[in-house]
Amino acid sequence: MAQPNPLTTPPPGADTQLVPGHVEHAEAHSGAFPPFETSGFLSQLIWLALAFGLLYYLMDKVALPRIQAILHARAERLRADLDQAQAMKAEADAAGIAYETALRDAQGKARDIAQTTRNELAAEADAKRKALETELNAKLATAEATIRARTEAAMGNVRSIAGEAASAIVERLTGQAPDSATLDRALDATAH
Amino acid sequence: MAVTIDPIHQFELKPLVSLGHIGHQQLAFTQSALYMFAAVGVIALITVVATASRSVVPGRMQSLAEIFYEFIADTLHQATGDGGKRFMPLVFSLFMFVLILNLFGMIPYAFAVTSHLIITFGLAALVISVVVIYGVMKHGTHFFGLFVPSGVPKPLLAILVPIEIISFISRPISLSVRLFANVLAGHIAMKIFAFFVVQLLLAGAWSVLSPLPLFLTIALTALEFLVAALQAYVFATLTAIYLNDALHPGH
Repeated sequence: MAQPNPLTTPPPGADTQLVPGHVEHAEAHSGAFPPFETSGFLSQLIWLALAFGLLYYLMDKVALPRIQAILHARAERLRADLDQAQAMKAEADAAGIAYETALRDAQGKARDIAQTTRNELAAEADAKRKALETELNAKLATAEATIRARTEAAMGNVRSIAGEAASAIVERLTGQAPDSATLDRALDATAH
Repeated sequence: MAVTIDPIHQFELKPLVSLGHIGHQQLAFTQSALYMFAAVGVIALITVVATASRSVVPGRMQSLAEIFYEFIADTLHQATGDGGKRFMPLVFSLFMFVLILNLFGMIPYAFAVTSHLIITFGLAALVISVVVIYGVMKHGTHFFGLFVPSGVPKPLLAILVPIEIISFISRPISLSVRLFANVLAGHIAMKIFAFFVVQLLLAGAWSVLSPLPLFLTIALTALEFLVAALQAYVFATLTAIYLNDALHPGH
């Protein structure tokens, strides 16, 4: 498929396409169909080559490198700006995190202080309460001991009174005082 | 009422400066050549003059140049991948040249350069020459593997290879005829329908029908603008696809 120069030598297939043109050309002077007027082909190809060559040169050497440079510069600029924005955002985020950390620390510290104070106060109150309780318990024990002593004393008195009364009653009834052993036995029996 | 229709007259070459003859060939600077250089001038205006300031924030014309550039770069990249970058100037020049010449043809009384088969064939032949020359330079004989589809049983190749060769040879023809025929047919149709308006207006009572071809002419004009842009795009896309064969001849 290597043609010597397709620009001036149309491939074999093209000839069949151009057949109507050739036919038209046979009567060219009586107004042939202008696009198939072969007498202008060489001239048109030459001007096409010159114009398109010039265009290609301009595009290749000037226009496209410049547009590419513009687009590249813009992309760079956008990237740089985005990077900067990203960096700033990171900075702001870091500041936010630092603030939150500080806040959390402060809150923790405050909570600790409050807790310590509360604990201290509670311990103090507890100690006071215990001291008071001990004191009261002691007082209570003393009072109970006193009551018990008094009760025992009273109970002792009751026994002697009951003995005396019993012996007096027995003496009156029988005319004879019971001996103390019998009296004690009787008292014990009634006491329990 | 000697109004005669001549839809062909618009395609005639008018020599502005005659330069003599070489045998049968007439050498002349025609209006066609003038339009071609004017197109180069307009393209240079858009892509060279308008981008001279290299603004980061583009103006209208620079924006236009950038849009064309990115459009063609995308098309080329889709068809050929990364290796196609070297053909950007060729595809971009072809697209802009065909587009501006097509649009010039839409200006009333202007000449449609792309309605001449020799012009479109010249461009198509350039494309195919580049494909063949680059393909052979880059891949040597391996380039002709293009005509041998892989993974096909041997007996089938006897049929397929000639078909592939014929389809390859018909590429410059289809590429050039498609553009030429679209522009030519469109301009003839517009001329004929526009002529119907005049003819009906001169036909007494029939003139009440004259708005019909008028509307049709307006619709056709819109269609031709579409065709002008579309054919430039098709030309550039097919060029990119053919170049892909030169870059990656393996089927």
